[in-house]
Formats: sequence, structure tokens, C-alpha cells
Amino acid sequence: MRGVEKTFGAVRALRGVDLEIRAGEVHCLLGQNGAGKSTLIKTLAGVHQPDAGEILWNGEPVSIPDPQAAIDLGIATMYQELDVVDGLTVAENIFLGHELARGGFTRRLATAARARALLKRLGHERLSPYAEVGTLSSAEKQIVSMARALSHDIRLIVMDEPSAALGAEEVRRLFDVVKELTAQGIAVIYITHRLEEIRTIGDRITVLKDGASTASNLEVADTPTQVLIKHMTGRLVENVFPEAVPVAPDAPVLLEVENLSLDGVFSDVSFSVRAGEIVGLAGLVGSGRSEIIETVYGARPASSGRVLVDGKALPRGSVAAAVSAGMGLSPEERKSQGLVLGEAIFRNIMLPTFGRLATGGWLDERAERRIAREHIAAMELRPDDPDLPAGTLSGGNQQKILLSRWMAHGSRVLLLDEPTRGVDVGARAEIYGLIHDLAADGHAIVIISSEIEEVLGLADTVLVIGDGHVLTSLPASEIDEHGVLDLVMKGTAA
Amino acid sequence: MSEQTLTPVADSAARPPKRSLFSGAAGRNLGLVVALLAIIAVGMLTAFDNFFNFGNALVILRQASIIGVISIGMTFVIIAGGIDLSVGAVLALASVVAALAAVQDIAKSSHWLVTVIIALLVGAGAGLINGVIIAYGKVAAFMATLAMLVGARGLAEVLANQRTLVVSDRDFLKAMNVDLLGVDILIWIFAIVAVAGWLLLNRTTFGRRTVAIGGNVEAARLAGIKVNRHVMWLYALAGLTAGIAAVMILGRTNAGTSTHGNLYELDAIAAVVVGGTLLIGGRGTITGTVFGVLIFAVLQNVFVQNNMSSSLQSVTKGVIIVIAVLLQQRFAGTRKRKSARPTSAESRA
Repeated sequence: MRGVEKTFGAVRALRGVDLEIRAGEVHCLLGQNGAGKSTLIKTLAGVHQPDAGEILWNGEPVSIPDPQAAIDLGIATMYQELDVVDGLTVAENIFLGHELARGGFTRRLATAARARALLKRLGHERLSPYAEVGTLSSAEKQIVSMARALSHDIRLIVMDEPSAALGAEEVRRLFDVVKELTAQGIAVIYITHRLEEIRTIGDRITVLKDGASTASNLEVADTPTQVLIKHMTGRLVENVFPEAVPVAPDAPVLLEVENLSLDGVFSDVSFSVRAGEIVGLAGLVGSGRSEIIETVYGARPASSGRVLVDGKALPRGSVAAAVSAGMGLSPEERKSQGLVLGEAIFRNIMLPTFGRLATGGWLDERAERRIAREHIAAMELRPDDPDLPAGTLSGGNQQKILLSRWMAHGSRVLLLDEPTRGVDVGARAEIYGLIHDLAADGHAIVIISSEIEEVLGLADTVLVIGDGHVLTSLPASEIDEHGVLDLVMKGTAA
Repeated sequence: MSEQTLTPVADSAARPPKRSLFSGAAGRNLGLVVALLAIIAVGMLTAFDNFFNFGNALVILRQASIIGVISIGMTFVIIAGGIDLSVGAVLALASVVAALAAVQDIAKSSHWLVTVIIALLVGAGAGLINGVIIAYGKVAAFMATLAMLVGARGLAEVLANQRTLVVSDRDFLKAMNVDLLGVDILIWIFAIVAVAGWLLLNRTTFGRRTVAIGGNVEAARLAGIKVNRHVMWLYALAGLTAGIAAVMILGRTNAGTSTHGNLYELDAIAAVVVGGTLLIGGRGTITGTVFGVLIFAVLQNVFVQNNMSSSLQSVTKGVIIVIAVLLQQRFAGTRKRKSARPTSAESRA
């Protein structure tokens, strides 16, 4: 196979992107939020049409008017939102849209056999073609999505943040699959926010910024991370994590969790958080981290155990009680669980608080806007117009809405579940700074992150969670990434 | 935070508000005004003398008033992402129970307001039952209120025993047929309910919660809003408006029967949707609903003035509903794309 070349020069979201993909390589696409990566891959997938520039396929200029044309060329795209149908089986999903059929009747056995062969090629022969996709984990759904791509005769597969919803072990298996594909001569465009992943599997990198490629086709091995960040942001980022402030030994304990259990999910979880302390929960996806936090918050009713704020026990399964006791949750899924995307920023910030400002049920929107504005300014939220819909903001700024929300409410115990998911590198440093400032202000903070480095960099105390148990609890200074992974692996195996 | 990282965000955020002037609430209301004026123009062209006078305007408003009151309650339910199919049947039940109470001997000596209060209580009570089943029983609103539709009308038939219960309380009938400033009391009731509904939706915590729940129920729950309790009260509110409508119909027809309010739920839903409230919830206006009600009422009047068949009128109504929903989907589509572009850019690109 000859090298595949593409040249773009679209006007709006893309202002001149050059990209060259070789057969059998993993080409990483890097860039901040809004840099144009999505638009770029949608152009390749036939969803968008370039206004200028050209796409060369095997040296020949081609046009990709619709998604079917992309597939016919041999380009498959795995979008970030998994496009599988939960109610259908694995095999049915793989052949969705190009079912193996004879005279209108589907050929179930042939479909299953071909599906099994594809799954085997991906190293997941244990996945049954007859399993209903709704019962699978998101990692397995991703395999189904990938098998679907391979069910066509493809030469290039585009993966949009395939690791975003995966734990460390699942990511490792994903990488094995990627290597398998490239060994077969298939080119991969790999989009990710995680720089360390690029180091692991990437061959070459193209960096996008503001819709243009600032650096094209860099060799991964020759490019230091500092240089990549510079291409992305136009500046060098050092010391991403702020200096840790030691917690005063006499600081009051704000949150206590005693022997909390949720049947079948986790059991006997105990920890406490002092004012000014950041406690990080580390563990794989599916270890029960999010469930623990949600149960502490009352969003899931605990089977046993107690949660105390300021020494007072909270009723089980009541979010309202947790909120009025001073707890605030920034949920894992910012868009589906955190924000009312169509509503104004200030209404999102004041969502738990508007009732308190109201007199006799009548809203005081003037006061709401005033308070929201204060927090928008303090958090440097952009854009700073409180009346814009929350859905128009970037991930980092949406996260700031959630932090502002609980600041405006006067919450002192903050539960942050994946506060930097989908947030670009530059904005991450800013979120880290805000979290530190909140801790310095005397808030008690619990943070969850799939990125162990993030937990270690932010937290004073780390709880390692495995299989629904607290494996260990120790100061962040006494453990490193390797140690955490080691514990997690052992704990899950035991 | 550097400006560079913020630039793409500011770009994408700067565009939507300008466009929302046209696709937003004001723009959609403008569309409704145009639609209403168009139908009025047709009326003037086809039957100017009978159509275009103050008396006929009052006739139209009076006919709009009962569906109008129900539509206000329905607006709240739909904005919160729900649906209430039972309002017509609840209206019938409330009219029968109130009329039964009014014809009892004891009632002869009691004040006519008792009849009114009974109708309101029956309506709100039936709505509350809907609400409890939906909020705490986790039954889909469509099914729960469909069951109430069948059940309430059945109960009304049992109670009425196939009779038409005539209310002969003179004071009640007088009160319900009074003109204030030359305008029928029914129109006043509709106006008061509409204004109250507007205030409730836009100026109170109840309204804010309703929109938040319709916009993102999970976010509302995790912000500490007691979603179940609120949903329960929403259906009670819809039931209450059906109770108010029952009083209006009792006052106008002097009778409570199990056939009152047949298919009113569909007229109300149509008016709400034509008024621009999204069926998926999260967005809607009382003003839009009032326009939706008026559009159908004027349309009906134009057909009557031209001696055209009610079947043809139904066909036209159907066409209008489809057009409105198509327009609404286009709006919802642009909104989705608008918010999807920056958000997808933010999470992927």
C-alpha cells in the first residue's frame, strides 16, 4: 500500500490543516478543545465537506460527499459517543446497515460466524456474538464499534478519544488491538488528550490549534512533551500541579464516612476529610469509585454505614439533605448529570441556591445574577456573560460552572468526580489551581480521577480503591503511580 | 489561563446569542403572531361582516377559555418533560362529582362556592394521584395518565349513572354567567389563570424547578432539588386546571355529565405544542400556549362563519399541528447543533 496523503484547507473551523497518514502508522491528532479535531475527522468521514483544500487518497484527489463514500474508500470512524444500539446483539451491531441477508431474511449463523472472526482478529474472542450490547461494559462496546469498522474493507480507522471512558488495564488492551491493526497495514488516526498515550503507541503527531495545524507529521520519538504543549498552547507549561499546602493538624474533620456499604458494589468504606484537605480516590473504572461518592452524596441509598458532615449524621439516600448539610457534587458526566445545557449560566450556577434567595416562592433574579457574576469573575469563567446558555461553553468552563455552583451555595464539602475529563491541557492547570485554592480556603475536597497522576498531584491523602474496597489509605507523598497500579492489580486479583 | 485557549470558546459563544434572537423565544412568538394574523385575515376576507366585530371576538375568546385553562396546566407538565392525557376525563369527573354534591338536599342550604371547591378538589386530587403514580411509582406519564383517562371517565359514568346532572343553584349560575366590563366571566377566568401561570413559570421557584427538571432531570436531582415531590405537584397543578375548567363548563351548561371534556387533552396538547413548547421538555412559554389556543379558536370560528364542515376543520387542524411540529424540530435541531458544536469541540477536539 502506498502512503495516504490528505491536505485540507477548510475555511471556518479549519483554516488550513495539513495532514499526511502512512499505511500502518498510528498518527496522533493533538489539540485543545475547539482546535478543530472533530471537524477534521468529520470531514474525513464524509459528514462535513471541506470548503477549500483537497483530500488525496493514494495520491489521487477524492471527494467524500457522505459517510457511505468514506466507507467505500476504506475510511472508518469511531466516534467518541459510542454509536452502538443497546437492544441488538453484538453480531447485529457489527453488521448494522450492511446485514448479511438473503431475500430479505438475515443470515444469523453466517453473521455470527463472521462476527466471531472479527472479534478474534481484535483479540476478544471471548465476547459472544449473541450477547446483547446493552449488557456490555463501555470497553466492550468499543470493541464492538471497532469490529463494525473492520467488517468493512478498511485501510484507515479514525479513533476519537477511545480511551476517555476506559480504565488503565482496558487502555492497555486497546493498545494491543491498535498494534494488531497497524501490523495488518491499517493506518490509525488516534485522538487523545493524554500525552502519555501518544508516547506509548503513537508513531507521528499532528498538532492543531485554532483550526490550523501548527505542527504536522512530527515523529513521536523526536518530540519532547514540552514542545508538544508549546505547539498546542503557544507557551510552555511547567509545574502543572500547584505546590501542596500542608493541612493543619488541628483542622476540623468536615466529612466522615463510616463503614459505608452498597450491596453488590462496595463495602465497608471509611474515610474522613479535614477542612483544607484533598482526598483522592484512585482505582480502575468499575472499582466502585463513582458509586462511593454518589452514595456519600445520597444519590444512591447506602445499604449500611453512616455519612457525617460536621459531626452530624445524614439520612440515607437524600441528596437534598446532603446539599443542605454543605455537600456539593460535581458529577462524572458533566453534560448529562451536571448542567442544564440549554439554560443560562447563572441559572446553572444558582440551581441549588435560587430557592434560598427567593422570598415566599418568588425568585430574586437580580440577586442571582449578582452572585453568579461574582463567582464568574472569581473563577475567570469565559465567556463571562451570565445569560449565555451553559451548553455553549468549553469543558473547562463548564467545570467552573459546577465549582461556582457550590461556592455560591456556600458548600464546604466538595465531591469532584473526574473534574478534568474532556478538559484540555491548558484549562486543566487552571482547574487544578482552583481546586487548590478551594482547599486553602478551608473546604474539604474528595476527588476522583482515572488519571492516577492527577490524583497523586492534587491529593494530600490517597485512597486506593479496588473491587469495592479501600485497599489502602496513605499520604500522597508516600506513593507513586507505579505503587498505586501495583496495589490495584493485586487488589483486583485477590 | 491564557487567552489563546479561550479564544475558540469565545468565538463559538459569541455566535449563538445573535442567532437565538431569531430562533429563540421572541422569534417563535413572532411566528405565532404571524400565523394568528393570517388566520384572522382569512376570516376577514371570507366573512368580514360576521367575523370582524367585537361581539365575535368575545365569542372566540369564550370558546377558547375552557381549553385555554387546561392548556396552561398542560404547559407546565410538558415543559417538565411529561404529558397528561387525563385532563379531559378529570374535567368530566369533577363536573359530575360537583353536580352530584350540588343536587343533594344538604347542598341546597350551603353556599354555591362549595360546588366550586368540590370541583377544584376533585381535579387536583385526581392530578395528585397521577403525580404520585408517576413520581413515586415510576410509571411512564403516558401510561399513568392514560389509565386515569379511562378510569376517571368510567368513574364519572358510574357516579352519573347515565344521567345528566342539572345544577339548579341560581346563585351559582348567576355567578358563572356574569359579565365584567362587558366581558364574559369565562374569559376573565382564562385571563387570570394565564397571568397566574405566567407568573408561576417565570417568577417563582416552582417555575424554575419545572424548567430545570425538563432541561436535565439528573442535574436537577444532583443539585438537591426534590424532583419526585415537584413532579407530583406538577400533575396536581394540571388536575387543578381541569377542575377549574369543570367549574366553567358547569356554569355554562348547567349540567355535569360524564361526556364533558371529551378529547380536550388532545386540543390542549396541540395548543401547547403549536405554542412552541418542546415536547421533550426544558423549554416553553405561557404566552406561546395562549397563542396556540387562540389560533385554534379563531380557526374554528372562521370555519363556522363560512358554514364549513367540522370535518374539514379537523383536517386543517391536523395540518397546522404537523407544520408547527416540523418548525419546532427545525428549531430544536439548530439548538442541538448549536450546543453540540462547541461541546463536541470541547470534549473531542
